[in-house]
Amino acid sequence: MLHIINQSPMSSSTLDTCLNVATGGDILLIEDAIYAATAGNAYEAKIKEAMSRFKVYALMPDIEARGLADRVLEGVSTVGYDGFVDLVVANSNCQSWL
Amino acid sequence: MSEEGIKKFMFVNRKAPYGTVYALESLEVVLITAAFDQDVSLAFLDDGVYQLKKGQQTKGIETKNFSPTYRALEGYDIEKLYVEKEAMEARGLTEDDLLVDVTVLTRAEMGALMDEQDVLLSF
Amino acid sequence: MPQIEVNGKSYETDEEGYLVNLADWNMDVANYIAKTENLNMTEQHWEVIDFLRKYYDEFQIAPAVRVLTKAIGKKLGPEKGNSQYLYELFPYGPGKQACKVAGLPKPTGCI
Repeated sequence: MLHIINQSPMSSSTLDTCLNVATGGDILLIEDAIYAATAGNAYEAKIKEAMSRFKVYALMPDIEARGLADRVLEGVSTVGYDGFVDLVVANSNCQSWL
Repeated sequence: MSEEGIKKFMFVNRKAPYGTVYALESLEVVLITAAFDQDVSLAFLDDGVYQLKKGQQTKGIETKNFSPTYRALEGYDIEKLYVEKEAMEARGLTEDDLLVDVTVLTRAEMGALMDEQDVLLSF
Repeated sequence: MPQIEVNGKSYETDEEGYLVNLADWNMDVANYIAKTENLNMTEQHWEVIDFLRKYYDEFQIAPAVRVLTKAIGKKLGPEKGNSQYLYELFPYGPGKQACKVAGLPKPTGCI
């Protein structure tokens, strides 16, 4: 399954819940959720831990827009809108967490 | 996918009622979806568990109390209601506090059930 | 907002003639709406109206036709819990038309 997250883990429990409940698969961080994929953020350890169970992606246009293109965590794959579409197509189902 | 043309729809509810409109919106979409003879289930995670709390009285906030409507779901042939055990416990609630019969699942069981779905809708 | 006038009192309705305030409902208003719908109200009609109002009171929604039919069958017997019986009473739909007379909102999922 593809899990899409769009909220910062510092202000919302959504990513936490996703990591707690989901069995594995792909996670795509978009909009404010990209902060989770940046080096030095308070959530870094949890994301790193999650990488053993999930493949973590982050949407580059959202990273660039927030001025963090040079700070993407190692192990996170950045994708563009085309990569976003590829992920949706590649997975049999998808959950856009709110 | 099970039978021809029938898909598994899961509505994932993670918000408390009244503070935002998500809970009510979810319920309305669920009722509409019931007309299409699909395999519908509802999951209550995090603050979504509060939607099912017994004894809601909304007169004081001048808002419609939609909690009785969860009890109508059975008549709409929607009988699969799942509650996340950890979320319920973290809020000091037990099954007796809920206004409908539910199946309580651990996070792991909930995650496995989500994997089986064709469509997941978040509210 | 549109209004209807019954016994010198006016009541708000929506564009389609459904009462806006549930508390406005009474037998006179119901009879007035029934007349505008060309319904000759019989005991059988009132039985359905009464059922709908009780359903709404319990669940806070107007039931979809399918649900109403099944629930009426359970409570009043299979000879009444079928769509032919209910459509004969309310030709424009036991959901839409009966709910209007019952002073309830249009059933959810009814477009």
